[in-house]
Amino acid sequence: MKQLSIILIATFLNVGTIFSQERSLPNIDVKTLDGATFNIQNLENENNPIVISFWATWCKPCKKELNNIAEIYEDWQDETGVKVVAISIDDTRSMSKVAPYVNSSDWEYEIYLDSNSDLKRALGVSSVPHTFLINSEGKIVWQHKGYIDGDEDELYEQIQAISK
Amino acid sequence: MKNISLGFILFFLSINIFAQNNGEIHGDFDLNMQSYIEDATINAVAADEVIRNNSFLNIIFTKNNFSAGLRYESYLNALLDYDDDFKGNGIPYRFATYSIEGLEVTAGNFYEQFGSGLIFRSYEEKGLGIDNAMDGIRLKYKLLKGISLKTFIGKSRTYFTYANGIFRGIDGEIDLNETLKLQSKTRYIFGGSFISRYQQRNNPVFELPQNVGLYAGRLNIINGGWNYYGEYAYKINDPVNSIQEDAVNYASGNAFTSSLTFSKRGFGITGEIHRADNMLLLSDRDRIGKAYIMNYIPTLSKPHAYTLLALYPCATQAMGELGVQLDIFYKIKKGSLLGGKYGTKLNLNFSRINGLKGGTSILNDNVNFTPEILSFNEELYYSDINLEVNKKVNKRIRYNFVIANQTYNKDFLEGKTPGEYGVINSTIGVLDLSYKIKKGHTLRMEVQTLIAKQLETASKKEEGDWVMALAEYTISPNWFFTIQDMYNYGNDDESKRLHYININFGFLKGANRFSIGYGKKREGIFCVGGVCKLVPSSNGLNLNITSSF
Repeated sequence: MKQLSIILIATFLNVGTIFSQERSLPNIDVKTLDGATFNIQNLENENNPIVISFWATWCKPCKKELNNIAEIYEDWQDETGVKVVAISIDDTRSMSKVAPYVNSSDWEYEIYLDSNSDLKRALGVSSVPHTFLINSEGKIVWQHKGYIDGDEDELYEQIQAISK
Repeated sequence: MKNISLGFILFFLSINIFAQNNGEIHGDFDLNMQSYIEDATINAVAADEVIRNNSFLNIIFTKNNFSAGLRYESYLNALLDYDDDFKGNGIPYRFATYSIEGLEVTAGNFYEQFGSGLIFRSYEEKGLGIDNAMDGIRLKYKLLKGISLKTFIGKSRTYFTYANGIFRGIDGEIDLNETLKLQSKTRYIFGGSFISRYQQRNNPVFELPQNVGLYAGRLNIINGGWNYYGEYAYKINDPVNSIQEDAVNYASGNAFTSSLTFSKRGFGITGEIHRADNMLLLSDRDRIGKAYIMNYIPTLSKPHAYTLLALYPCATQAMGELGVQLDIFYKIKKGSLLGGKYGTKLNLNFSRINGLKGGTSILNDNVNFTPEILSFNEELYYSDINLEVNKKVNKRIRYNFVIANQTYNKDFLEGKTPGEYGVINSTIGVLDLSYKIKKGHTLRMEVQTLIAKQLETASKKEEGDWVMALAEYTISPNWFFTIQDMYNYGNDDESKRLHYININFGFLKGANRFSIGYGKKREGIFCVGGVCKLVPSSNGLNLNITSSF
């Protein structure tokens, strides 16, 4: 128990000293829908903001969020240049439904598969939906757990705040 | 364990020094507290502790290509739907990893999956209380462009300890187009994997293999909207539970899975088939239970999110099953008669899972016998046909409508005596309607109904018909309030025509989420993937806090 408390103290001290620091994307590979391996650190959007949204085909609020954004995505892109990246955490049970769902829904997002939750874990995502906003330097500047109708307005305010 | 902890203290202290330049620390926290009050009407028991709690904190440190992390877990005592063996506090998960010039080295705990998981999958599913993280060494190497290798050696976690078996594995994948710089529009990816489990021979009577091997080969072909995936897996004989049994079985096991997908704008279709025969891999041949399962044969049915659609969920029978599934997605265009202003989305799903002709190899000791490869006319385990319609009517109203018919072989799937409950056939309807009251304010209502049929010959009566209603009021971006009632109005036993009322209230802000609820939960089976757990009925207050930084 003593050791444990030392670990925790040491850890929390660390957290304290760098809490204000910016956060980068981890060095983790995901898959594209056409089977290629992609390192998430290679995400880029010509110095415009990027939204990363974790979702799954079985998650109702996730689909609601991404469907709601899909309707206004063109306006968002025109005004801020933002790109939405949707990362599916569907495992091999439902992974084969991702492409049909995405295409049939007319989503224009960049889609990646994280089928054994490696990226999910590295980013501390305990449940979906979970949304991150990345600025022009590739740093995470904002995140949000869950989705309720209308949350896209708050997300958009955050996007506007960091877009040039 | 002491040495490990000391190592980590030193490690985290040293981070303190490094952290000043560019290191980052992040993580997440989860707390689940539940009180248990007795309620004899639903068989809910009180907990001696009054409240029970599951919590964990993940911490990950990263600096350039190095990262290390740990998870502190606390079960004081574990929620009633968790296995009792999750007990106490500890750091069952810690790792360090770095990568340099295409080589990634991990020491400590890691999660890994080969192919689709048929021969090996180490993963965590908090909702089910599953965490079979490996502890050992893993290497990943990108040999050439398009060729990647993974290999590991380790033991797998069960609760706060490690199971007996030692696993060794290697997996290779080649993307022909990348490697040979093909200009072809069709992409070919081949993969192969091998797993071996060592467990000391401990049986005085039977000659058990100490090293059990499994291998699998896979193929993925992609061309535009087309995608084919196929995998075949084989397990050598692995007699399990030989201590309890008076005879052991030297049957080998095998499985295959195959899926074909096509999609284009507004349309998508997926067809899948899989078959498993004696394909359970355990981390200890003398133990049973989900904590020891080391491979993953996903259930070939749609994972449903609505309560009554998931009332009778399917569970994979790794010992022997044959399943097919078909999904069609279609969006009726905007502006058409049925599409309206925003278009209408349809999803038709069908799945059917039955036993193998001749039973599984394990029953027959397949020295002389192998069940037929494809036979669709055997004992039905589960089937589901459902249609989902998703439509935005106007700026304020949207709805989701689902109609389904499910057949659930309760005797078989829940291990009852044949003829006890028989097969339950249920017809389910769900209407989920959202109404936007004003900016940020939304009222959502769900009405669900389940009408169950059971054979007259069954010796025990199942619960019968259900109806459920839910109302949810949300104020973006911070608040939600939900009330729901599940009512078992069709129970044959009038004293069991009960209401299960639940109230939930929550506050969300950025990366924090707080919710508090009160109500009764029905005893039931809760599944994720192909793995299920039995959730006991309960009555009480629950508190959930999740946060990430």
